[in-house]
Amino acid sequence: MREDVPALTEPGPEGLATPEEARRRLLIEALAIGVSAGGFGFVYGLAARDAGFSPIEAMAMSTIVFAGAAQFAAVGYVASGLAWPVIALLTFLLNARHLLYSAALAPWLAHVPRSRRAVMAHLLTDEAFALSIGHFRRVGRTDERGYWIAAIASTFIPWNLATLAGVLVGGSIPEPTRFGIDIIFPAAMIGLAVGLISGRRELVAAFAGAIIGVPWALFVSPAIGLEPSTGVVAGGVLGPAVALLVPSALAPEHAPLGSTASAERYAMPGSHFDDADRRPDR
Amino acid sequence: MSTELVLLAVVMFAATYPSRALGLLAPGLDRLPRPAIEYLQLVGPAVLAAITAVEVMVVRPENGSPTFHVGVEWLGVLACLAIVGWRRNLLLGLIVAVAIVAIARQLGLPSLAG
Repeated sequence: MREDVPALTEPGPEGLATPEEARRRLLIEALAIGVSAGGFGFVYGLAARDAGFSPIEAMAMSTIVFAGAAQFAAVGYVASGLAWPVIALLTFLLNARHLLYSAALAPWLAHVPRSRRAVMAHLLTDEAFALSIGHFRRVGRTDERGYWIAAIASTFIPWNLATLAGVLVGGSIPEPTRFGIDIIFPAAMIGLAVGLISGRRELVAAFAGAIIGVPWALFVSPAIGLEPSTGVVAGGVLGPAVALLVPSALAPEHAPLGSTASAERYAMPGSHFDDADRRPDR
Repeated sequence: MSTELVLLAVVMFAATYPSRALGLLAPGLDRLPRPAIEYLQLVGPAVLAAITAVEVMVVRPENGSPTFHVGVEWLGVLACLAIVGWRRNLLLGLIVAVAIVAIARQLGLPSLAG
């Protein structure tokens, strides 16, 4: 754990936040993300309306696809008359990062019934991932209710309500970007990233992800005929690999601050601190 | 009212859901070796930072190659980053970021939308 950058939530007496503290923190962050999802969803509704989507079509995208970046891209694809199989392929590439999210969450959610995990998968977004994994780490165990709060209350509901508002009333708002709404999504993402940085390795992963993602989007993706947004996937795949090159002696997450609890705080189920007896929800 | 694109939404769902579900539903991913666990713990910061960087630094014109963008959006993101790091308050960070960008655009500074 970096001592110069304290964690978002102060640890409890055992090095972990209490469930109440962690859930309170989650609710505060969920409120902020709800605002972000609302703003972003509203802009999506505006874009869909401008591209000729009917309210039913815009809402179908937001409920059935429920993937902001892909939905924005689809607005452009439809407007430019792209064939549906091509749209499907581009959507797959754009959303490939969710594979990383689901793999990262898998150890935490392994004990959740399969049917509920199948529903969780549909609701897995950038925001739901960042909120829930930050929450799980703070509380030191799986908190299924925390996932639902992150996925539904903070993202799915605001996103869909805002989409509806945007597609229905957006026509009366001239130049909505002048209000700075488009900055909400990237700002929210970096804000959530701060909450996941608990050591030098995470910091290096974040820097590497950004440094790799931008040149990939600018130079590599056009050269090989991919969307610039695949830079996100490149950064997400290669950034952690670069971070793992940081010697473990320099990675404070491997040097507990005087107690096993402080190291346990950053352990995932199935790793070196996996102890089923200490996880009350198992 | 048109409903033709509802079917496209289903097609896009079919292209998206496997990525979301594979990790959560595939057997064995709950007991990965430690190096894999360590790698996956680093995915979140890397992806989120990459999203932010690509969003504010890369602009794709309707026709043409993506270009590097320098604009007030950087300031908004940096302000949000600083506030979340300092005050642990994401909502405040978002409000300040939006305010900076909105004010800058009112003053005629360059915008992400071009």
